[in-house]
Amino acid sequence: MTDPLHREPSVVATGVDLLADAVDAQAAPVTRVDWQPPMPGTDDDLATVAGDRRRPAANAEAVRRMLDVSAHLVDVVPAREALGLGAGDFLHAGPPITWERASGPMRGALMGACALEGLVDDPERAAPMLATGTQVSLDPCHHHGAVGPMAGVVSASMWMWVLEDPASGRRTYCSLNEGLGKVLRYGAYSPDVLDRLRWMSTTLGPLLQAAVRRAGPIDVTAILTQMLHMGDEAHNRNRSGTLMLLRDLGPALVDAGASGDVAEAIRFIGGNDHFFLNLAMPACKLALDAARDVEGSTMVVAMARNGTDFGIQVSGTGDRWFTGPAQVPEGLYLGDYGPDDANPDIGDSAITETAGLGGFSMAAAPAIVRFVGGTVPDALATTRRMYEITLAESPRWSVPTLEFRGAPTGIDVSLVCRTGIVPQINTGMAGRVAGVGQVGAGLVTPPAEIFPAALAELAASADRQPSASGARSS
Amino acid sequence: MNHVDVRRGAYADSVTLMQVSRSVATSHGVDGAMVAMATPLNLDLLAGMGFEPPDASPNDMVVAIRLGPDGELDEALSAVDAALAVARRTRAAGAVEAAPHRTTATALRDSDATLALVSVPGPYAFVEAMDALAASRDVMVFSDNMPLEQEIRLKSEAAERDLLVMGPDCGTAVVGGLGLGFANATRPGPVGVVAASGTGCQQLLCLLDSGGVGITAAFGVGGRDLSEPVGGVSTRQAMRRLDADPATELIVVVSKPPAATVATELVSYAGELSTPAEFVLLGAGEPDLTAGAERVLAALDRPTPAWPRWGERAASTRVGYLRGLYCGGTLCDEAMLIAGQAGETGQAGQAGQTGQAGQTGRQLGPVRSNIPLSPELALDGSLTAPAHLMIDFGDDALTAGRAHPMIDPTLRLERLAAEAADPDTAVLLLDVVLGHGAHPDPAADLAPEVAATTTRGVPVVIALVGTAADPQDLEGQATALADAGAEVFASNAEATRRAVALVGTGGLR
Repeated sequence: MTDPLHREPSVVATGVDLLADAVDAQAAPVTRVDWQPPMPGTDDDLATVAGDRRRPAANAEAVRRMLDVSAHLVDVVPAREALGLGAGDFLHAGPPITWERASGPMRGALMGACALEGLVDDPERAAPMLATGTQVSLDPCHHHGAVGPMAGVVSASMWMWVLEDPASGRRTYCSLNEGLGKVLRYGAYSPDVLDRLRWMSTTLGPLLQAAVRRAGPIDVTAILTQMLHMGDEAHNRNRSGTLMLLRDLGPALVDAGASGDVAEAIRFIGGNDHFFLNLAMPACKLALDAARDVEGSTMVVAMARNGTDFGIQVSGTGDRWFTGPAQVPEGLYLGDYGPDDANPDIGDSAITETAGLGGFSMAAAPAIVRFVGGTVPDALATTRRMYEITLAESPRWSVPTLEFRGAPTGIDVSLVCRTGIVPQINTGMAGRVAGVGQVGAGLVTPPAEIFPAALAELAASADRQPSASGARSS
Repeated sequence: MNHVDVRRGAYADSVTLMQVSRSVATSHGVDGAMVAMATPLNLDLLAGMGFEPPDASPNDMVVAIRLGPDGELDEALSAVDAALAVARRTRAAGAVEAAPHRTTATALRDSDATLALVSVPGPYAFVEAMDALAASRDVMVFSDNMPLEQEIRLKSEAAERDLLVMGPDCGTAVVGGLGLGFANATRPGPVGVVAASGTGCQQLLCLLDSGGVGITAAFGVGGRDLSEPVGGVSTRQAMRRLDADPATELIVVVSKPPAATVATELVSYAGELSTPAEFVLLGAGEPDLTAGAERVLAALDRPTPAWPRWGERAASTRVGYLRGLYCGGTLCDEAMLIAGQAGETGQAGQAGQTGQAGQTGRQLGPVRSNIPLSPELALDGSLTAPAHLMIDFGDDALTAGRAHPMIDPTLRLERLAAEAADPDTAVLLLDVVLGHGAHPDPAADLAPEVAATTTRGVPVVIALVGTAADPQDLEGQATALADAGAEVFASNAEATRRAVALVGTGGLR
């Protein structure tokens, strides 16, 4: 190393101001850390995890694996084919949940899906079947390499985007986005909702399949790079991503199908600013899944909500979910809806924040802060705050308004507990009552207590062995 | 020579890349350069420049460099990386002020700081200090009350990474001329100090400074470093650093009473170094800090000066108890060792030109304390006893919830007034420590209390630890205290011997 004795010293000072003042008074550069005590009850676990010999290398490995992934759109196929779902098999967003504990929009989406798959004629008649579990099964999308926005309900006849990491061949899946307002993923199941889903299965899905097979693979990760430079954060704003997808698929779509169907498909995609969300999400999951199961790593690999619980999974703790009550977002409401109409936080879309997009890249999408009446400086401050709880900066997703600094990525459970800063999530809001659909959009955070719970598990499995060299080494 | 490489998935915008290209093209040994996204347009440009266009997609970054005859590829490629890093980081003028970082880890990530200084409450210090080591930085842990097993873990991590942990409970360090914690303004010189004692280090630095000798560095290692369980890990690391430094001619290790085995190991380790080392290890029968400073000067062939002193000598002794009120733990330890061991020799007026222990002189006998030399001398919570007393106001138990007495003198001033009013008090012995981090003008608060005490006929002896360059103005402080009637000494050992001599032998009322 360079000569430490005579190098011009400069200091990062954490703690009492007086000591930093004394450095300052000697005209040496000093950076002051705004240290505050950690989340209550985490002291011992933080120390144990900080002393875990595996942690620095484990986190570096988890970050490296995540950043090495490119997500390429390679196919579009029905869920029965992609995921092996039978008629009564339903996937849903978030950590595992039972019908009894499911919220209104989750129930509404499941009821609609039962009707879509022909298990019942009328969605209203599906409840008993779902309550008893006869002929039906529920399982999280996340347990099947898939993600779903809002209720995230996936059934056999829905068509899925297929994303692949060319280096490893691993794949992730996500359904096609239905648009905004009264849609199944927000818990609506009226006949027009089901009609739209049927059109998506019979017309849109096959068209997209043909187009992707002609034009693909399409590098979704690279489109995300461009989106951040065009005012999208890829969670609540996907406008430029949707247009770039249309640009990339447009010619192949035209070649692929009957002109009437193609026009309808392009009209549908172009009319839904969120169409690209369902590609952003599986792209993020593909990257984060690569970072799973690194022993000793404190990096969060999934954040997901089922409308009742908010759950996280952490690289170093395997498949275990750490859950707490989902919060109600703050934001703007459609029409006459208000806070009383909103369901608690729901959806797998927080996978975008987990990867560094969405709320974490809010500074790239200043228009988003208007959801909470915020300002552009608020957006900058939010992204800057997220650097305090993340392990890395993305080498390819950068934020123009922060001088193209890489997006904050790789949430560290330990840093969350130390700072008390919880991840910022941009989200849509579903109606509390089954069948209502979307009522607004806004900002939300996880229940803070799930991070200390994950930390405790990391501490319990920490490597406390002293090094072979020991304290007496020289 | 032409070089082309493709960085799959790397991205920067075209304006940034044009700036990067220009910066690389003008760097040493490079005749031409293009760093760009591999769009068809850019690949055409590349071909036009005479490069073989690579197989790459528009989502890949291509780096093309034409080296001149004296160009080095490694150098040019690091210029590319440096320019890309700068481009990512340049902050626009007038950019919104960013909120401060919340952890040592995130602050170091955005900083080229050479050192982390951690002073959060003890239970949290380990986590912050580990951040520094993970970021390949040395760390000074000012915090006390770090659990022992954490100190051991921290220091073993540092040893593996060839980094230095100063502390925990490290009050003083001087690194690259910069004083950290409570540190005196010293001149550059040939001595490298390793100190398991804050005020012990300060006393040594100030005496050496007064003897005209400066330092290369002073590494505090924490009061427990030379204990059996910690085993001197940081001391060894600091000694190795100093040994590797050509400007360090003499290494001095200062410590509170160490574990004998550790001391032996360190002395033996010193024998393996190419730089000579002196050990000043306090303990019964061992040389005091002043004697240590004299040995250091002798080792450098420097004359021992008459240690500075100020003020009129008290006219007469007074029967009663010695009452020592200290800010510095090691100074308090030293005073107890001296008072319990040997007093001033001969008549008043010949006070210690040498601080060597074992002089013939009166012993006071047992000294009770909140940091006793042996357990049976411990004081209870009242901190009072009809006995000779030495109280360390810097002890953890007395600093909980308030600043160190070098900063906040309130508790000690209250006690000074109480002792002055106690008819059993024969003499008061205090330390005043100057330097960075300490109270800006300790005499301002202390001198009036000293005057009130001496006016009552109770002599006050003060050890004033400071250098001429300290921000508080050493001479001004000494004069103010002397004018208030105190006898002021630069040497704590001399001050202690003088105070012992002022305890009259007539028995107590």
